[in-house]
Amino acid sequence: MGDAHVLTSPEDTIPYGFDGTAALKGPVGVVVLPGSTAEVSAVVQLAYELNITIVTRGSGTGLSGGSVPSEGCLVLCLTRLDKILSVDAANLTVRAQCGAITAAIDAAANKHGLFYPPDPGSMKISTIGGNVAENSGGLRGLKYGVTRDYVMGLEVVLPDGRIAHFGNACVKDVAGYSMKDLFIGSEGTLGIITEVLLKVVPRPAARRTMLASYDRMEDAAQTVSDIIAAKIIPCTLEFLDRMTIGCVEDYAKIGLPRDCEALLLMETDGHPAAVAEEAEQMLALARARGARDVRVARDDAEALQLASARRSAFSALARVRPTTILEDVTVPRDKLAEMVSFVAEVAKKHKLLVGTFGHMGDGNLHPTFLTDERNTEEMARVHEALEDIVTKTLALGGTITGEHGVGLAKKAWLRRQVGENSHDLMREIKRAWDPRNLLNPGKIFD
Amino acid sequence: MKPSLKLLDYSILQQCMHCGMCLPACPTYVATNKERHSPRGRISLMRAVADGELKISPAFADEMSYCLGCLACQTACPAGVDYSNLLETARAEVQSAGLNQTFTSRFWRTVTIRGLFMRPRLLRFVGRLLWLYQRLGLQTAFRKIGLTKLLPKDLRRLEPQCPTVATKFSPQLIRPVESPAKKQHRVALLTGCVQDLVFADINRDTADVLLANGCEVHTPPVQPCCGSLHAHNGEADAAKTLAKRMIDLFPPSQFDAIITNAGGCGNHLRHYSALLADDAVYAPLAKLWDSKLRDIHEWMMQHGCRAPQTGLGDLTVTYHDSCHLTHGQKVTKQPRDLLKLIPGLKLVELPEANWCCGSAGIYNITQPEQSEQLLVRKIGHVIGTGASVLATANPGCHLQIARGLRQAGSPITLLQPVTLLARAYRAEAKMNDGR
Repeated sequence: MGDAHVLTSPEDTIPYGFDGTAALKGPVGVVVLPGSTAEVSAVVQLAYELNITIVTRGSGTGLSGGSVPSEGCLVLCLTRLDKILSVDAANLTVRAQCGAITAAIDAAANKHGLFYPPDPGSMKISTIGGNVAENSGGLRGLKYGVTRDYVMGLEVVLPDGRIAHFGNACVKDVAGYSMKDLFIGSEGTLGIITEVLLKVVPRPAARRTMLASYDRMEDAAQTVSDIIAAKIIPCTLEFLDRMTIGCVEDYAKIGLPRDCEALLLMETDGHPAAVAEEAEQMLALARARGARDVRVARDDAEALQLASARRSAFSALARVRPTTILEDVTVPRDKLAEMVSFVAEVAKKHKLLVGTFGHMGDGNLHPTFLTDERNTEEMARVHEALEDIVTKTLALGGTITGEHGVGLAKKAWLRRQVGENSHDLMREIKRAWDPRNLLNPGKIFD
Repeated sequence: MKPSLKLLDYSILQQCMHCGMCLPACPTYVATNKERHSPRGRISLMRAVADGELKISPAFADEMSYCLGCLACQTACPAGVDYSNLLETARAEVQSAGLNQTFTSRFWRTVTIRGLFMRPRLLRFVGRLLWLYQRLGLQTAFRKIGLTKLLPKDLRRLEPQCPTVATKFSPQLIRPVESPAKKQHRVALLTGCVQDLVFADINRDTADVLLANGCEVHTPPVQPCCGSLHAHNGEADAAKTLAKRMIDLFPPSQFDAIITNAGGCGNHLRHYSALLADDAVYAPLAKLWDSKLRDIHEWMMQHGCRAPQTGLGDLTVTYHDSCHLTHGQKVTKQPRDLLKLIPGLKLVELPEANWCCGSAGIYNITQPEQSEQLLVRKIGHVIGTGASVLATANPGCHLQIARGLRQAGSPITLLQPVTLLARAYRAEAKMNDGR
């Protein structure tokens, strides 16, 4: 592979000791950057023979510690495998190497009038392999679903170095177990995804972006329920609370109203006539629920600016305090308003600073605690608050993670959510598949 | 007290939550795809030093030097990490550790940063000598007979890059005080070091633009270096000394604005309060200084710059953002708006306009390969616009891109926005005289 792609000095390896998750880091001895599937296979085979554990990573933007290295591991960084291999407009597919950047895949599809909808907040940085391994979501989940809904095929390097292929370009395929589905969201514990075959859809001809501001978070949530009740499925329904609005505005300076309690970013796309009609209805519903200001983005540039501002929310919250603990709990849509006010109560109870934003359309919210990892007393309160939030989430029939994965950050709660039998089955699959526990050990479960 | 990562307020390091938003904005990461060459990677190394997990090593020193310091990461960073502060602290620590220095590099550092750029009169004298060498045809002759081959390797590589020194320096072009017909503001004009030696005419243009907009311009003939070179290269003490000299020469209370026309200098100049925060006497003055410091384009647009009645004919112009003007000072719209005031001038947007051109202070000297790659990338975009003029507002970018255009055999001229505006005002005066 050449010396340039095997890193061993501390100055080279320390920067691979973390991903996008706050307050987590691990020791790195060696980083290997293969340039082909064959090289990945060779490295994995060697590691298998020598009994060395492997932690795979792409751009390191994960938010549950999934690619944080563990003691004695080899870090396998796949950013060099960044080619988009083909766009097949006849079969509506894109084939890409695992290190291709998510936004670049959509840009390549766009050249053919096609659209790759999943758009995680880090889409300009994240790799598609990482997206598949974490089953990433994004701002368009409500209408378009998540990464899983677009994966048609995978090339995977197995724990002993063999290369396997799953799925194909056929819309219908019921030959045997749907093995690709096992790898989607497997967080690097079952195999190393090296190539993906993705479904793409025709690019919507029109799009309209709107912004509504409210004096009460409940009114924003109620607007969302009203929109769904009116049989409209917009592609985006995002909300920001007051704290988040302030931080985003400090960064983006695009004139967001700092004095409201909630902002709702709405977007509808599709046929121009349908978009125009839906947009009118959504604006009317927002006004009827007491939105104090409702406006439509002037043009594409402003629409993009608003969406980009929303995407920066998590990082922008880091302005306030040294450490930013981001949560990813998700509840059924109709329980979202209840959950949002519960988060505010919990923060008050534990005397913590919290900013909440997220995907109001699909019930996925991101309560973000603004704290300091060096203040152990405060961090203990953060953990108590998280415990409260998880308990409430599960009571409401929700999930501990909507789109970030279990990794290291959520594994304490997985068993409680999925139940004993389901948790045991997951571990049995892992054990059968990777008996030596070489791939991303200690992630998802111990 | 020597600056050090361990003594730095730890929350500045913690501010980076390593989300990776900076990666696609960083020219060295994009070129190499290695975390170490990214902003968050460098910050993780700095944090490891602060935590005592990593010693200041030659590789650490190399990495801090490989960073362009373009600050594109600061524009990209939603968390508001003060990368500039971190980088300067890290470089200062590398400097005081005395690592990675050969005898020659130390020699040139002493001659330039500690010598010439501390003594404005000496700098001008050397500039004059260089001018004579170029003017008398010695440069051409030496190059022809291969005498330049006798220079040490470092100098030999740099010799062709040496800019042509101006025939007249700023004091020969600008009187210490010049007054407009109707005075509205009293401003100080900073003439810079490289700007003064190579682009004194741009200082004249700046004064003209100010005069045409009701500003009384104060330009002391001998001005100290602003200290930006020193701060960027780990010489914090010298930077403080120079900042104090600057404040002494231009008491901020006496001016409505202190004007700079060099993007790189400006970004350093407007942060004197941070540099002098520990100085009981100068801290309050520095605070006032920062509040008065304005980039020329910023100042002009702030007060409704007058549009000239005539332009320079039909002209297609594109604009390159100097890193420290756009990422450091956040002045991006004003230079474009200023250009648009000129009748007949069509402004076309340059792709990747705010991507570093590779000049980056003395980066083209310290990291020639990476610098050259960036220059080639920039020149490709500039030529692609079809513009006949490229406007930019920083002497470093000006020299670097002009050299790139020459190398590429492109006929595109490089001018600064104030020059174009000053020329339009002159054309207007000529037209009015002719009436």
